[in-house]
Amino acid sequence: MSEIEIESKDLNLWYGTAQALKEITMAVPTKKVTAIIGPSGCGKSTFIRCINRMNDLIKDCRVTGELLFEGMNIYDRDVDVVTLRKKIGMVFQKPNPFPMSIYDNVAYGPRLHGVKEREELDRIVEVSLKAAALWDEVSEIPDRSALGLSGGQQQRLCIARTLAVEPNVVLFDEPCSALDPISTAKIEDLINNLKRDYTIVIVTHNMQQAARVSDYTAFFLLGEIIEFGKTKQIFEMPDKKSTEDYITGRFG
Amino acid sequence: MSALISPVTADKAAKVVLWASAGIALLILAVILGYIVVQGVHVISLSFLLGSPRLSGAEGGILPAIVGTFWLMVVAMLSSVPIGIGAAIYLAEYAPKSAVTAVISFGVECLAGVPSIVIGLFGYAFLSIYLGFGFSVLSGGLALMFMVLPWIVRVSEESIKTVPNAFREASLALGATKWQTVRRVVIPSAIPGITTGVILGIGKAIGETAVIMFTAGSSLLMPMSLFDPVRALPYHIYILASEGISDPMAYGSSIVLLVMVLAINLAAIAIQRHYGRHYVRN
Repeated sequence: MSEIEIESKDLNLWYGTAQALKEITMAVPTKKVTAIIGPSGCGKSTFIRCINRMNDLIKDCRVTGELLFEGMNIYDRDVDVVTLRKKIGMVFQKPNPFPMSIYDNVAYGPRLHGVKEREELDRIVEVSLKAAALWDEVSEIPDRSALGLSGGQQQRLCIARTLAVEPNVVLFDEPCSALDPISTAKIEDLINNLKRDYTIVIVTHNMQQAARVSDYTAFFLLGEIIEFGKTKQIFEMPDKKSTEDYITGRFG
Repeated sequence: MSALISPVTADKAAKVVLWASAGIALLILAVILGYIVVQGVHVISLSFLLGSPRLSGAEGGILPAIVGTFWLMVVAMLSSVPIGIGAAIYLAEYAPKSAVTAVISFGVECLAGVPSIVIGLFGYAFLSIYLGFGFSVLSGGLALMFMVLPWIVRVSEESIKTVPNAFREASLALGATKWQTVRRVVIPSAIPGITTGVILGIGKAIGETAVIMFTAGSSLLMPMSLFDPVRALPYHIYILASEGISDPMAYGSSIVLLVMVLAINLAAIAIQRHYGRHYVRN
């Protein structure tokens, strides 16, 4: 396995008294696409939301174990969540552009982090929109409302907005589940291109999607990690019976 | 069991009944407006709008009352809007979901239901007497603030709560702090609702008589400072009518008051349009 960007060691998570993650141990390799698959309620979204500490927003959420990023435990008390989230961006299940112009959506992050000069913002917006394969469609209409875009365009805008902060890691939480097949194909192509510059973790319901876009795959079931390895191996020669059953569609 | 009335008939009947209800509501408004305009429009003139009252208001104009109403609104809004929105943000975004928060919210609800005459009495005792503000623009404005504050808190809180959580998550995931998220995403998204709350507040306050008659005074002179007494338009209308000074002047003043309310509502719509321009749906 190549270089490691994020490492999870015996990670446990409880919502109140219900344990949602059990002893998760896995490594996310640098500048690769790692897919997390599994049936609903298996903890895959919970896990990805640990990586940028979005679970902090949930009351009574408790975490033990280690989640290492840049040599630090993400859950250490002195970790600055704001800086962490700058380095680990997230694209959500439903496209969630702000009710602002297309330009202001992409410029939102850079502005937060102190970029003020118009030229610099223009540059970042253009680079980010190009990286998200949206530039050609919106370069003429940057002042239009982002909410006027189609669902697929909105999701690519959200990707551009995430890239504008120049993260190292981009987390995708079922990014295509609200999109049509054509928009989905565009996002998958995009993810393929993005792995040159970013470490990517994608949660998906769609096994074909995991097989198409990822280099590594983790299979989660009932809060536990059942199997983790190269995508090819997981899909062609899974070690565990339950992985095979899930992949062949015997349950899900 | 078969229906006594066929669904088709019921459908037609519903349409007629609903149409009639809407028609009656509109008719009542038209009758009130029409009556006031017919009774009062002939007294409206430049000298009525820009002149001072003579003979207790039986003759002359109403400029001091217009100016007084305006300044009462300014004091009430400047004091209630920041506090009200601040409290609403706290309650909606920061306050832990505890029994204490629930009690505060319930208290705000109750405060909104306090009759205005009671607020007027309290304003008189606390502002005019205890704090020594006397009958003045300041006392009247602050008493109006007591009255509109709960409205502004309640409506603002509701509209902040309706901002989709997805916006907050997106902002936080980009490395925004809580305050940055509130200031840059939540409040702008809630502005149309907050504006409505503030306008409701102003609308209530501008026509309010009971609160100000004990606090703002009844002077017909032009107020020159915050500490001068003033007679607001609704109170002026009340005195003109109740003391039989002049009905036409009362109706004329009512037209002016209605126009002021209308202007405020138009301003609210303009603000909502401005902030709502990104909410286009495809």
